[in-house]
Amino acid sequence: MIRKKAHLSVALPIAIPSKVGVALLLSLLVASCLDTNNTAIPTLKWYVVNEISGAFDEAARQCSKAAQGAYQIKIVTLPADASQQRVQLVRRLAAKDTDIDIIGMDIIWTAEFAEAGWILPWNGKAASQVRQGRLKSSVESATYKNQLWAIPFTSNIQLLWYRTDQVERPPQTWNELIEMAEALGTGTLQVQGARYEGLTVLFNSLLASAGGSVLDETGEAVSLEQEPTEKALSIMKRIGTSPASDPSLATAREDESRLAFEAGSAFMINYTYVWPSAHQNAPRIAAHLGWARWPAAIEGKPSRVTLGGINLGVGAYSQYPDLAFQAAACIASREHQRLAATKGGLLPTLENLYEDPQIETAFPFANVLQATLKDAAQRPSSPLYNDISLAISRTLHPMKAIDPQEDISKLRKIIDRALRSEGLL
Amino acid sequence: MNARNKAERRLGWLLCAPAVITMGTVTAYPILYAIWLSLHRYDLRFPHDRSFVGLSNYWSVLNSELWWQTLGNTLTITLGSVSVELVLGFCLALVMHRAIFARAMVRAAILIPYGIITVVAALAWKFAFDPTTGFVNALLNLEGAWLTERWTAFFVIILTEIWKTTPFMALLLLAGLTLIPEDLLKAARVDGASAIQRFFRITLPLMKPTVLVALLFRTLDAFRIFDTVFVQTRGAQGTETVSITGYNALIVRLNLGLGSAVSVLIFICVILIAVLFIKGFGTSVAQQRGER
Repeated sequence: MIRKKAHLSVALPIAIPSKVGVALLLSLLVASCLDTNNTAIPTLKWYVVNEISGAFDEAARQCSKAAQGAYQIKIVTLPADASQQRVQLVRRLAAKDTDIDIIGMDIIWTAEFAEAGWILPWNGKAASQVRQGRLKSSVESATYKNQLWAIPFTSNIQLLWYRTDQVERPPQTWNELIEMAEALGTGTLQVQGARYEGLTVLFNSLLASAGGSVLDETGEAVSLEQEPTEKALSIMKRIGTSPASDPSLATAREDESRLAFEAGSAFMINYTYVWPSAHQNAPRIAAHLGWARWPAAIEGKPSRVTLGGINLGVGAYSQYPDLAFQAAACIASREHQRLAATKGGLLPTLENLYEDPQIETAFPFANVLQATLKDAAQRPSSPLYNDISLAISRTLHPMKAIDPQEDISKLRKIIDRALRSEGLL
Repeated sequence: MNARNKAERRLGWLLCAPAVITMGTVTAYPILYAIWLSLHRYDLRFPHDRSFVGLSNYWSVLNSELWWQTLGNTLTITLGSVSVELVLGFCLALVMHRAIFARAMVRAAILIPYGIITVVAALAWKFAFDPTTGFVNALLNLEGAWLTERWTAFFVIILTEIWKTTPFMALLLLAGLTLIPEDLLKAARVDGASAIQRFFRITLPLMKPTVLVALLFRTLDAFRIFDTVFVQTRGAQGTETVSITGYNALIVRLNLGLGSAVSVLIFICVILIAVLFIKGFGTSVAQQRGER
C-alpha cells in the first residue's frame, strides 16, 4: 500500500496533488526508518583537501576497517586552494555545524580555530602519544598557548631545486643564487611572488633565516627587528628587480613556478611535489633535477624555512568527539604517514620515518628535508594570523617596489592594526 | 482622481501585493540584518567580544585609504567597460537588426560570449594574456606580462568584461531598435536625410528609454564586479574592487561588523547610481512621451 502511493507520487506529482503530501510523508517515514538502520555505525566526516593519489581514501578505509564497527570514516573534500579551504570551514564552524568530526587543518589555522573554540584540545594520554617521536616543529605547529590542539599528520617544506646540467654546485646564499641565475640568463629563477600566502611564506622564511620574527614571544605584539627585517626586505627587493626572475614573478604561485621550471629554468624554490611532477611531465629535466637546502640569508648561518603541512583537529561540535580522537590518531599513525608519503608524496611528521628505506626511495632528498625540518620556522601563532598574512602580502607586493627602509615601518604599522582587528586590509 | 481611478489603483496594489510582500521578506530581511550587523563589533573569531559600536565601522571604512582606492578602481572599470560596451553594443545591434541572410546565425554567434560563465571567460583571458601560455603576445609581437602591471591588468579586466557583456547590451538595444517605426525612417529618407542624420535625429532619440535601461543594468552590474578581478589578479596590482574589499573583510577575515559596513556602503552606491540615472534620463523619457 505504502509503496504504491509513493510510486504514484513520483510518477504523477502534479496530477494528484492531494495525495502527494500523504505519500511524501509516508516515504519520508520509510526513509527515516531505513536511515536509523544505516547509522548504527557512527560515520565520522573527515574534512580534508582533495588528495588525488588516493592515499587519504586508503587511510580512511583502513582505519574504518580497523575500528571493527566502532566508527567509519567518510572523506569530505575541500577546495584545492588553502585560503578557500579555510573560508569554507570557518563559515561552517562559526555556524556550529555538527557534521564536522575530523578536520585536515593547514597548520596556520591552529591558533585561530583554538581561540574561537572550533576544535577540541588534546589532553592526557592522547596528547603524550602525539608528542612521541614527532618532529618538534610539527608538534609546535599544533600547539597554541601551551596546549596541544591537533595531531600532526603531514609536513611540508621548501627546497631549492636546480638543474645539475647547468649548475655545478648549488649556491649557499641568496646572493650567490641570484648572481648564478643572472649569469645563466633572464628568467632562470622561479620564486613565488604573487600576492597571496606564498609571498608571506617567502618573507617569513627570509626573516627567520636572517634571525628575526614577525611577532614577539607573547604573540600579541609586533617584533620585526630592524636588522633582520631590512635584510629580508632587501633580498626580496633584489629578487623582484633581478632580470633572473621570471617576468611573471608578480603573479607566480607554486604551480606557475613548477610549470616554468619544467619548461626549462635553472633554479626554483618550491615544495617537494615538484619531484614526482617533473618525473611525470618532464622526464628530460627530471634526469638532471638536483636539490639543496634553501639558501641562507646570512653567510654561514643555516637557512630557516617556513613549515607547512596538515594537522588533524577534532571539531568542537562533533557528535562523536571520542571516536574522532581515536580516528584522527589512526589516520596520523606511522603506517598511514608512510602511505601518504610513498603514494601521495606528502612528508611525514614522525621523525624516524625519514630513515625508513621506503621513504628514502620515495624521497632521495630525505636527509636534506630532515635537516631543514629540524630548523624549520613557524609562521606567527595568532588567532589573527590570516589578517597578519594579508597585511604582509599586501605591503610587500610587488616585490620590485619594495623599499626596505620605508616598508619596515609600514609593515609594523599595518600588522599592529591587524592585531587589533581594526580597519580594512 | 475620480472613483473609478481610485478603485483601479486599489486593485493594482492588491494584485501586486503578493509579489511585493514576497520580495520584501526575501530582500528586506538580509538588508536590515546587514545594517544591524554593521553597527556592531562582531568578529566570528572572537564570538564573545560582541558589542554595539554605532557608526564606528563606517567611520573606519570611510577613513581608510583602501576604500577610496578600491572605489576609484571600481569606477574606472565600470566607466571603461560600460562606455565601450554601449558603442560596440549599438554597432552589433544595428548589424543584427539589418542582417538580411542567416539572421538567426548572426544573432546566435553574437550572443555566444554572454553564454559563457564569467569565471571561465576570466580564466580564458587570463591564459590568453599570459606570456607563457597565451596567444596575445605572440599575435602582437609583444613580451609583456600583462597582469603584473596596474594599467595593463586593468586593460585585461576591462577587455574581459567588454567581451563578456557586450552581447547583453546589444540584445537590449536590439529590442529598442525593433520598436522604431520603419515609416519614420522612410519619410526621413524621402526628405533627404543622410544615414548619419537619420541615426542621430530619429533612431537615437527614440531609443533613449532603451539606452537608459541598458546603461543602468550594465552600470549596476559592472559596479558589483567580483569574479573577473578575483580570477585574474585577486585584486593585486591595484585592481581591487569594492566587492573584493567586502569579501576580504566579511568572508576571509570573518569581521561581520566591518564587512557589513562595506556591503551597506556598496548598496548605497548602487542606489545612488540608480537614482542618478533615473533622475538624469528619466525626466527626458517622460517629456518625450508628453507626460511631463
